[in-house]
Amino acid sequence: MLRMTVTRFITMLITLLLVSVIVFFLVSLPPGDFAESVALSRTIQGERVTEEDVALIRIRLGLDRPLGERYLYWMENIITEGDFGMSFRYMTPVTDVIGDRMGLTALLVVVTLLFTYAIAIPVGVFSAIYQYSLADYIITFLGYIGLAVPNFLMALVLLYFSVTTLDVSGVGGLFSPEYQDAPWSLGRLIDLIGHLWVPAVVLGLSATAGGIRVMRATMLDELNRLYVTAARARGVPSRRLIWKYPVRIALNPIVSTIGWNLRDIASGAPIVAIVLNLPDIGPVFLQSLLDQDMFLAGTLVLYLSFLTIVGTFVSDVLLAWLDPRIRYGVVK
Amino acid sequence: MVDLLRRNRTATPQTSPVSSRKPPRQETFYTASQWRLIWWRFRRHRLAVVGTTVLIILILMAVFADFVAPLSPTSRSTTYVLGPPMIPVFIDDEGEFHFPPIIYGVTTERNEETLRREPKLDTSVERPLHFFVEGEPYRLWGIIESNIHLFGTPDGEPLHLLGTDNLGRDIFSRTVFALRVSLSVGLAGVFISFVIGLVIGGISGYFGGWIDFFIQRLIELIMSIPTLPLWMTLAAIVPRDWNALQSYFAITILLGLLGWTGLARDIRSKLISLREEDYIVAAQLGGSSDWRIITRHMLPAFTSYIIVAISLAFPGIILGETALSFLGFGLRPPVVSLGVLLEGGQNIRTIAQSLWVLAPTIFVILIVLAFSFMGDGLRDAADPYAEQR
Repeated sequence: MLRMTVTRFITMLITLLLVSVIVFFLVSLPPGDFAESVALSRTIQGERVTEEDVALIRIRLGLDRPLGERYLYWMENIITEGDFGMSFRYMTPVTDVIGDRMGLTALLVVVTLLFTYAIAIPVGVFSAIYQYSLADYIITFLGYIGLAVPNFLMALVLLYFSVTTLDVSGVGGLFSPEYQDAPWSLGRLIDLIGHLWVPAVVLGLSATAGGIRVMRATMLDELNRLYVTAARARGVPSRRLIWKYPVRIALNPIVSTIGWNLRDIASGAPIVAIVLNLPDIGPVFLQSLLDQDMFLAGTLVLYLSFLTIVGTFVSDVLLAWLDPRIRYGVVK
Repeated sequence: MVDLLRRNRTATPQTSPVSSRKPPRQETFYTASQWRLIWWRFRRHRLAVVGTTVLIILILMAVFADFVAPLSPTSRSTTYVLGPPMIPVFIDDEGEFHFPPIIYGVTTERNEETLRREPKLDTSVERPLHFFVEGEPYRLWGIIESNIHLFGTPDGEPLHLLGTDNLGRDIFSRTVFALRVSLSVGLAGVFISFVIGLVIGGISGYFGGWIDFFIQRLIELIMSIPTLPLWMTLAAIVPRDWNALQSYFAITILLGLLGWTGLARDIRSKLISLREEDYIVAAQLGGSSDWRIITRHMLPAFTSYIIVAISLAFPGIILGETALSFLGFGLRPPVVSLGVLLEGGQNIRTIAQSLWVLAPTIFVILIVLAFSFMGDGLRDAADPYAEQR
């Protein structure tokens, strides 16, 4: 178990490093450099900017050095000081711009994941036990819809209903007005949880639908196995039987796809946050892309990847803990 | 052993779809070609048949967009701005039956809240809906000149099935044209993904060893980056001064470039299981070349899986395009895609007052559902010799 955890941990670090390389070169791709756009925006503000000034800005931001060196410099600062570089637009360190927001995004992703499984597992089991019942058909149908509706649309629909029928100012945002700029307190936390379920539902929709489908399919496989019949024949109470044996096995594919689900949730998180105007990294991400503030954008993509990769690591360890066959390397 | 017993048990009812009481039919079952078997199996998957039918209709609509849409995507009505949908009805509000169906007339009414004159439907005026009417002239595919539209009102009065947007443009017509763009983006994107996925997955699966190891790690690496933010970042890099057509190609290529990982995985795992099959080993021992084995023995067994993988790859690309364009990073006007149409829906006030601006999403959902159903059906049918479930 320890050995496996360590190997997985090292793999995770390597993956993170490679992703950071990809992201860095990605954000360095756009033609024209940032010094020029800084110069341009200052010209618009009425300042006189000469060629020399542009060169100075370039040196100041380290844009004159080769790409590889810039990457190493960036990486060094991240590792040694937790400094992700400067947001060119705000002229402040990236972490100052998004520090608070990062935590909210992580919280949203985790809550969504928990919500997804809290719904998908029981509903999937139910759907399998009552296969071909009316409820099963309804669940299957809703599952298809859940997979097909893009989540930003779901967010829009929720906004629509909140404006027209509930007559609240909108489900957007994560805090009530009185807690908007308040420091953290218990009341603010409770307020946050009260608001968090809306984006969590929207974001988790397709993952939940997918989870139900997988759970139902594997449960159906398991329910027909001989050991279930044998246990039934011996008079094991139905409910205990189902939750103790088939569900435990059927959880495997669910747990092993946590990483993928996490990736999809992290992928949808910014767009849902943009539509619902959540105070997390979503709106900042959109703005940074519009401004071509690539360090900020790159940091955010890296952060989302980080969430995914670490989450996958955790799910791998969890899976090994859950299933001794994987722990001892009998099945992969 | 237990497994073997189970297999035998479940294998017996397998012949039941071909009733043993009708020997001639059973004979056709045994002599039918693989594709015929696939077709029979597919036909039994009702949702898949429905999905395919819907898909064919949507594709036809897209191909004959100029003919199906009553108006061009750019023509604007000055009087009917943000007007509600005109749904054709067979039975009017007085309970009278009409064929062909009728649509109601237009009037304006002062909105008590905003104090603006807003277009409303006037149920006292009934106009018949006619098919194959003359309307705006157009050139189908830039070649065939005509002015016949699939439906319309004979007097040439306005007809806005799904209402109009904030510039008075007909949402239904725009949606039909958007279908053409969105489906073509999907098609091209999937084609690019498919070529890359086939080559990389093929190399990975056929050669194995360290090449396989390397490619698999690469795929895992790409897959660990959340797709949509990566797409957005790449799309933001596309220069702003490119014209609509250039950015159309750029976005399509981007969508294709990131979509291949799943396809490559499917192809690899299928290839690996095929490689172990007895007849492939036999061909190798018989001295066939790699090329011959791949083209003569593997590809035919493989084609159906490729089709399945492709049809299941479509929704991702189309949803990706929609999300990108919705945020303003994807295709740009004057190109109309389903995502571009929804961009106007970002304003919550517009949505609250005129929900119909979101109507194009119905088509997004239809496309995605149709492809998923068809893909599911094809997947079940792809291996017609497998056990029936």
